[in-house]
Amino acid sequence: MAALPPTQRFASEESGRGKHVLARTVLYGTAVIFSLFAAIPFGWMVLTMFKTNNDLYNPRNNPFLYNDPPTLANIDLLWNDTSFRTFIFNTFLIAIVVMAITVIIVVPAAYSLVRLSGRWGSNLGILIFLVYLVPPTLLFIPMTGVIADLGLQNSKWSMALVYPTFTIPFCTWLMMGFMRSVPWEIEEQAMIDGYSRIGAIWRTVIPISIPGILTVVIFSFTLTLHEFVYSLAFVQSSGEKTVSVGVFTELIRGDVYFWQSLMAAAALVAIPVALLYNYFLDRFIAGFTLGAVKG
Amino acid sequence: MSAPALTTRNVGKRYFFDSERVLGPLMLFPAVIYIVALVGFPLILAVLYAFSDVTVGDPRITGTENFVGFENFRDVFNDRVFQKALRNTIVFTLVSQVFVIVLANVLALVLSADFHGKRLVRFLVLLPWTTPIALGVLGWFWMLDSVYSPIDYAMRQMGLLGPDSVFGPGRNMYWLGKTDLAQGAVVLVHIWRTLPLATVILLAGLTSIPQDVKDAANVDGAGFWRQLFYIRLPLLLPIMAVAVLFSLVFTFTDLSVSLVLTRGGPVNDTQVLSTWAYFRGIQGGNLAQGAAIALFMLPVLIAIAIGMLRLARRSENN
Repeated sequence: MAALPPTQRFASEESGRGKHVLARTVLYGTAVIFSLFAAIPFGWMVLTMFKTNNDLYNPRNNPFLYNDPPTLANIDLLWNDTSFRTFIFNTFLIAIVVMAITVIIVVPAAYSLVRLSGRWGSNLGILIFLVYLVPPTLLFIPMTGVIADLGLQNSKWSMALVYPTFTIPFCTWLMMGFMRSVPWEIEEQAMIDGYSRIGAIWRTVIPISIPGILTVVIFSFTLTLHEFVYSLAFVQSSGEKTVSVGVFTELIRGDVYFWQSLMAAAALVAIPVALLYNYFLDRFIAGFTLGAVKG
Repeated sequence: MSAPALTTRNVGKRYFFDSERVLGPLMLFPAVIYIVALVGFPLILAVLYAFSDVTVGDPRITGTENFVGFENFRDVFNDRVFQKALRNTIVFTLVSQVFVIVLANVLALVLSADFHGKRLVRFLVLLPWTTPIALGVLGWFWMLDSVYSPIDYAMRQMGLLGPDSVFGPGRNMYWLGKTDLAQGAVVLVHIWRTLPLATVILLAGLTSIPQDVKDAANVDGAGFWRQLFYIRLPLLLPIMAVAVLFSLVFTFTDLSVSLVLTRGGPVNDTQVLSTWAYFRGIQGGNLAQGAAIALFMLPVLIAIAIGMLRLARRSENN
């Protein structure tokens, strides 16, 4: 560079800067286009949920604007005059049971696969992860038979029982990642100090694995909120429904849609779940990359 | 035997549960039982159902008189709606995944760069994956409404829709009411839904490309496109395979998009295997036929699982 005559240097720097500006413009432009594509349905939900009927159903109105002042009446309707609160309550109840079952089963399983089973254990770990890929749409029909045999048809407890079938495989895999990073020496020291193996696990491995357990809890929760197929197949009465199915089936009466309340329900559930999920996403991806990427 | 080393094995002798032989299987047992009882057993039941005459009213297989051989498969296969559903499942999956692979590579490149507002952009582009799918699809359902679609409004304002315009004299496009548009909408929503997952998996791969490889390429004067095609893409291939396999599974077996958006309509033109299994098996009450329909997904899933195992093995050996 220094060897170039001044004019040439100037010209080359100028074109370099031009190229840089162009590259940044393309970068920001692409980012904006992708963001819009991804977020537009949610933006549209939020815009709709505050509209009055007059505003929404007048075809001459510009749908992108509030032609009437925004109102909270639709959210009031959703909260007080629909089964939305029941759906939320059911979902949380199911989620708590699913979280508990998942943690109780996953933590020892992951420990066993990482520490006690050698090479055989990591192969079995991959097999358990593959169970996560057996889709609900393949199982939901025989599962309704199983649920009926257990006397759980049309009950929210059917979902509390069945949802761990997808949280356990995924969370075992996640937890195995955490367990691998626990230094073996701490546990050994505890055992030398006279604790039994279970005592040593309880005093050393579990406390160190708290972030992993927290991740498992969060994912059991979000996966419960995401689930749609089993919930649709198992439950018919509105008192037992979860949010994702209840909103879809109950807030649409025949051909009448309570659009604003419907959109309010979708947005009020979807966006908090997204925030929670987003916070733990990197760990989720670490699970999904099958160890092909060393983090 | 003088002064034995303080290994865990020696220390552990004092407690029965310290033996790895006992404790290992014992800790694994609940997980295995859960999976065998509620995934393995229903999977076998799915096959049994498909060869039986069970219905929602009578879901029990009590003896050989319940088995009907290949009758369900024959009935299912001779049904024109099933043929549509099978074709749609394959076409929707393939078309949407081609878009997902290309777009995910672009988006991962964008997100691997540094720029202002990156965290917000990341949050926004991930929304379709992080939110419950049925609720997200409801947003599209309302945006593609037959009367109040904002897209129709925008097109009318631009003179693309309405009397004497390119898209005809009607005031509305009826996005979900016409076969080609509805099919396009289903594919679009599938792209929208799986793009974030494929992107973040690719992104994990991109950030793992060693810095010295990038530095060496820069020193050698390789430009953006050269680096893209000779360094990034080849290094990314294994992780791209992981991304594709996952989004294949989620698209191929999905029920929510077709069900919420179109309920399989118009005239079953967006019906897929999973929705048709639902309509036949659960709504129609014919569990046996529903199971037979869903079972057509199994060969593809087995192929994908084998692909995953190979990838996992390869990454383990490296």
